Amino acid sequence: MKFTLHIWRQENARAKGHFETYEIDNISADCSFLEMLDQLNEKLVNDHISHPVCFDNDCREGICGMCGLYINGRPHGNDDGVTTCQLHMRHFNDGDEIWVEPWRAKAFPIIRDLVVDRTAFDKIIQAGGYISATTGGVPDANNILVPKHKADQAMDAAACIGCGACVAACKNASAMLFVGAKVSHLALLPQGKPEAQDRVKKMVCKMDELGFGSCTNTYACEAECPKQIKRQNIARLNRQWIGSLFGRDRNN
Amino acid sequence: MNLDSKIPEGPLSQKWTNYKASQKLVNPANKRKLDIIVVGTGLAGASAAASLGALGFHVDIFCIQDSPRRAHSIAAQGGINAAKNYQNDGDSVERLFKDTIKGGDYRAREANVYRLAEVSGNIIDQCVAQGVPFARDYSGLLDNRSFGGAQVSRTFYARGQTGQQLLLGAYGALSREIARGTVVLHERHEMMDLVVVPDKEGKPRARGIIARNLVTGELERYAAHAVVVASGGYGNVYYLSTNAMNSNGSAAWVCHRRGAAFANPCYVQIHPTCIPVHGDYQSKLTLMSESLRNDGRIWVPKKKEDAEAIRRGEKGPLDIPEEDRDYYLERRYPAFGNLVPRDVASRAAKERCDAGYGVGPTGLAVYLDFADAIKRLGRDVVEQKYGNLFQMYYKIVDADPYKVPMMIYPAIHYTMGGLWVDYELQTTIPGLFAAGEANFSDHGANRLGASALMQGLADGYFVLPYTLQNYLADQIYVGKIKAEGPEFDEAEHAVRERLDGLMTIAGNPGNSEQHSVDHYHKALGRVMWEYCGMARSKESLATAKEKIAELEADFYQHVFIPGKAAEMNPELEKAYRLADYFELARLIVDDATQREESCGGHFRIEHQTEDGETLRDDENFMFVAAWEYQGHDKPEVMHKEELNYEHIQIVKRNYK
Repeated sequence: MKFTLHIWRQENARAKGHFETYEIDNISADCSFLEMLDQLNEKLVNDHISHPVCFDNDCREGICGMCGLYINGRPHGNDDGVTTCQLHMRHFNDGDEIWVEPWRAKAFPIIRDLVVDRTAFDKIIQAGGYISATTGGVPDANNILVPKHKADQAMDAAACIGCGACVAACKNASAMLFVGAKVSHLALLPQGKPEAQDRVKKMVCKMDELGFGSCTNTYACEAECPKQIKRQNIARLNRQWIGSLFGRDRNN
Repeated sequence: MNLDSKIPEGPLSQKWTNYKASQKLVNPANKRKLDIIVVGTGLAGASAAASLGALGFHVDIFCIQDSPRRAHSIAAQGGINAAKNYQNDGDSVERLFKDTIKGGDYRAREANVYRLAEVSGNIIDQCVAQGVPFARDYSGLLDNRSFGGAQVSRTFYARGQTGQQLLLGAYGALSREIARGTVVLHERHEMMDLVVVPDKEGKPRARGIIARNLVTGELERYAAHAVVVASGGYGNVYYLSTNAMNSNGSAAWVCHRRGAAFANPCYVQIHPTCIPVHGDYQSKLTLMSESLRNDGRIWVPKKKEDAEAIRRGEKGPLDIPEEDRDYYLERRYPAFGNLVPRDVASRAAKERCDAGYGVGPTGLAVYLDFADAIKRLGRDVVEQKYGNLFQMYYKIVDADPYKVPMMIYPAIHYTMGGLWVDYELQTTIPGLFAAGEANFSDHGANRLGASALMQGLADGYFVLPYTLQNYLADQIYVGKIKAEGPEFDEAEHAVRERLDGLMTIAGNPGNSEQHSVDHYHKALGRVMWEYCGMARSKESLATAKEKIAELEADFYQHVFIPGKAAEMNPELEKAYRLADYFELARLIVDDATQREESCGGHFRIEHQTEDGETLRDDENFMFVAAWEYQGHDKPEVMHKEELNYEHIQIVKRNYK
């Protein structure tokens, strides 16, 4: 297969970026999008055309959350429920023009080319996205019963890989789906209940502080999430948030 | 070189208890004055840093990715073993210990493995307390499944994403400590060298690292009272593996260069159920979890002409009637069937394919069939258990495993070898510890499924917090360690020279003999897979050695790395990791050559039984091979740690 690629090039955070156009040929339909970029980079290096295109990637099996490209206007491209590394060229037509951009969000500044800084997500988690269980001194695992449907729902939310596609897809660059997924995962489990009210407050405040936008319920995040995290998690986040402000056992 | 394993006195089941009762402790007020460096944020690194931070130590933790949550532990699918005996099926610490020693083909240290089995239950308790959403049954209790090499159900799981959930649990605990200020995170930083400084008595001690900031390319110095390397395995020396693209052996290797012994490098695990290779451009191989062998049945056609027709595309698996299918694992190993350990299953697949019964366009694949399971359990149950794995397969291969059998083939997955450590997980350099896949300690010559997660978390949550304290107890007298002095200068200078050297190899641009780093890495991978892979012989290993030397020489003349050292430069990162892989590859081959026996993942074709099973030589090879680095061009020196089995009865490893 043959493609015309328009790729965002930007030397560093301060430099001005621009689209660069490249032609690439002899690409197998079974090849993944990132393997296609590997071949482009191989060509750029071997022919001394330019510095290879920088893009984040690691596990290449859709679980680490490191890769994330905005391809023809969609985070992770035109297939549903996959990360960029799981997108295969068979989803394109021979001769297609493909536009490749980094995640665009104020809270995710560009580092180089298609690489962005997502440490804001880590900071949200550090604000309270965990259960404070210090190593040792915990009860036997089967002393805590969790109804199967609750465990399953918690697992659905916990499947988030922290890639940032929800933020990239949102016109407001809101992180509500990411935060909602973590708040839900922990609030659904009995172990997470003691800190639930405190947790939601801290995470939401941190999210606002870091420059993520507000949620206006358009659900582009849900549509583009590679792990198909449901918008119900945003609803649960809102309930938790309101509960933490007005709930019966709020900390006064 | 002193290979004192420091195994505590007493009966096996009392050793760890005795150790903990007599170890030295650090007073709470002094803990914050002691600095620890942890390299790696996978299960071992994150759990160690979180636990040490919670105790009050000051920890600096490093990862090469943009976030600690990306470490490759995240990709582990199937589960984690623990001797809880929740299923009442006869499990116990003793049985988990025995299964692990036997699974490792009697090449692991008894005391370490017993401790691993002993703390396995605590890991599950800890993870549940953190909110890891393990699978549960309708009563709300924890569910289990079976993995290879065991006849009990002791594997805890969170769908097909167990590693992800365990890592996110450890990442949560780590994040809490980062927020409390006990742990400082350095993301996008790579360890480039270990700094060893002699103390007042002249005893060398690990005192810091040189790290490269992967965003700016600058070198940075960090000092500490102790260093923990938890940087994973070296499977990517084979280029194609189930490891992540950035997984590499360099952090462990620079420690080896500074004097830490490297043990059993030839023990490499080849996982039987991976999606087969399909093209030259391929960058990695994807694992299909071992848990699939609970319900999937592995087969190839009984008749060669059927296999040939399938390869030509004239027949499909559904055209082969039941009586013409060879369920070769069930045939050869009736007791364990499809759940034999990984090394056994991998060799059996290779044997069938080499004999001409392989399927798929290349003939290097076998079927993993769920038709029976779907008939027996219904599609819904199968989907609940393995849905995400089936979806992953579908996305990659573009074939529906609910309708046609999956095609699988063995691939490099895990490395049992690694930095030599004693019972305290301390390497041969005082103050340098190694945890998780980076050390060699618990899996012998073959690791059982669902044991890597167990070991990583055991090391981090329940071993290092004790043993590091024992080391640090008298370090309080040393005072703050500063990142200065001749040793830091020398290490930083050496790293700079190494990087500048690589950047200037290419010489004049436009030289037609230049090649990219990947060109060499792919070539090295092919040599290793071909001549030092699933089956090795004296001749193949000699060939491997020759070809590695040729490639390495060529690499140092013709590799081209664009850009500068002082900027974000992924090509340079690949280059220095590959430079280390050349040395490591040589050592793997030397180790495989000296080990004139077959055991676990190491199969020498000269040493096999009549029916093609591994043939150990306990009389001559019941030892750990610990190698000492001598310099870039010099052969390494091997030291032996004899393995003494006092508790377990050594038998032939038989799964029939």
